[in-house]
Amino acid sequence: MTTLTARLKDHRGPAYPLVMLVVFFVVPFVIMLSVSFFSRDEGAFFQPAFELSNYARFISPFFGKVLLTSLTFSAAAAIISVSVAVPFTYFVTRMRARWQSVMLVFLLSVLSLSEVIIGFAWSTLLSKTAGIGNLLVAIGLMEISQSFTPSLGALLLGLTYLGFPYAVLVLYPALSRLDPEIPEAARMLGASPIRSFVNVVMPMMRNTITGALILVFVFTLGAYLLPQVLGRPQHWTLSVHITDQAIFQSNLPFAAAMAIFLMLVSLALVGISTLLGRART
Amino acid sequence: MTQVQIENVTKKYGDFIAVDGVTVNISDGSFVCLLGPSGCGKTTLLRLIAGLEDLSGGSLSVGGVDYSKVPAHKREFGMVFQSLALFPHLTVAENIAYPLKIRGVNASNRRVRALELLDLVKLPDIADRQVHQLSGGQRQRVAIARGLAIDPKVFLLDEPLSALDANLREHLQIELRQLQKALGVTTIVVTHDQREAMSMADTVIVMKAGKVQQVGTPVEIYRNPANAFVANFIGVSNLLAGRLTGLAQFTFDGQVINLTPEDILHVQNGQAGTLSVRPEDIVVLPDPAQGQLSGQVSFIRDLGANVEILVRVGDIDIISICAPQSRPSVKMSDRVGLQILTGRATVLAA
Repeated sequence: MTTLTARLKDHRGPAYPLVMLVVFFVVPFVIMLSVSFFSRDEGAFFQPAFELSNYARFISPFFGKVLLTSLTFSAAAAIISVSVAVPFTYFVTRMRARWQSVMLVFLLSVLSLSEVIIGFAWSTLLSKTAGIGNLLVAIGLMEISQSFTPSLGALLLGLTYLGFPYAVLVLYPALSRLDPEIPEAARMLGASPIRSFVNVVMPMMRNTITGALILVFVFTLGAYLLPQVLGRPQHWTLSVHITDQAIFQSNLPFAAAMAIFLMLVSLALVGISTLLGRART
Repeated sequence: MTQVQIENVTKKYGDFIAVDGVTVNISDGSFVCLLGPSGCGKTTLLRLIAGLEDLSGGSLSVGGVDYSKVPAHKREFGMVFQSLALFPHLTVAENIAYPLKIRGVNASNRRVRALELLDLVKLPDIADRQVHQLSGGQRQRVAIARGLAIDPKVFLLDEPLSALDANLREHLQIELRQLQKALGVTTIVVTHDQREAMSMADTVIVMKAGKVQQVGTPVEIYRNPANAFVANFIGVSNLLAGRLTGLAQFTFDGQVINLTPEDILHVQNGQAGTLSVRPEDIVVLPDPAQGQLSGQVSFIRDLGANVEILVRVGDIDIISICAPQSRPSVKMSDRVGLQILTGRATVLAA
């Protein structure tokens, strides 16, 4: 007869990821899910309850527009980051091994920058007094220096900057495994270098590119600081409103409801794009 | 006319010289093998011809036109890569028709041409398969068909058969040769397998350390190697280091070998040299007093199709190969004589 501890020992290996998942994902998620149905108590945060009013409040033209804004910005950031990252990574994988590691280390160091630093660094760079406006004046491209922030362009730039290293890290392994003779074969068959990249390399990388798009999309969806630092109030994303509700309005149930909603919508979008990708192969 | 002229072509990577002043003339419609050990520069030379690498020096002309600066995708060459480099996201027919698509051929004509090429490589009925569903030999043929799709000026193949098992490889060597004959396309194949080169090529170019060692027909190179490297690389050769001591006498290990007027001498009388003789051109005689050389049998092995006898002379083992029916009646440790067949010895520069 095996004792309980012995049986647990047998399952130690496989149990580890399960325990991690439950402790660090399922438990917090269940807490958040329950809070989203609680009622708000002005004096003491929230009261256990089961009401749908938090979700009901969200279903409004205002939040609908905010949700749409969030999704559009993240989608745009994902598309721009990945479009830049695909050729970038391709050229990195064509470099000598030593230069490849230099590039990757540099890129990883960018990852160590928090959203706060990235946000304020760009806001300084795009400012009127200390920014690249002065540089443009110096080289004669502009008459007087001007500020480029806050603006939609500045926000998208920041989000792209945030997502770019992740896109590269997703693309790098697949692109470095690509047989170098494949693009060469395309060239021998008459394709120019650009054409061989578009016709052959890109389609072969389709699943990886989809993966990179999804990662950057989901990742930038959570950016709550960049829209406030680099964007105007109309550019505030759902994440900004969630932060606002949770921290400044102390309305955790509503913030939780919005977070759940955002998660469900992004899960649905990722699911649809994965299904579409599979249907085409 | 797609004669390929390679003039003093050089390729350097930093201090390393991969191809060192190669000059070769490849005539229209011929089948040429670049043969050599790994790292001898044969693949680099092929890539230079393809335009995948830039020349560090020299020039390349095709059909009398300078191609030194023509980019790879404008050369109108066909190429089969070592990895084959078939496109996994396209079907077999789409792979073959890809160069036609680039040239703006419409879909139905592309399809017709792809099917025609699949017939040519004896693979009908697989047009709509995915590349990953094919066997090694089928992939090989598809890659060849794709390389031939545009009727290339020059057809280049980089170790095309190296990934296949021995039987299939021999089979495809013959097929490739027949295909090339039928189409008459100037073909250059890189290989490290001398048997492969001998069975396919009109002309073999033997390379070592970036330099051409010898250019000739397979038989010329086999019968009359230019130096000891070629003699040893192409097939098996007995190499006897000694000295030419008379008008037709070669001294090896204190024994004088009388040469015949038909033997080929690359050195002058009195000079040191290496006598090269093929195992099938040297006969073991039971009587040590007969023949040009004597020694002691050190090993005999019967491989069925032929018999190998190793005879110790001085500090080397001379290999003799004969058919089982003409096997001499000798056994291990016997003193025996060795006779070189008339005209089959070559004395190379030492």
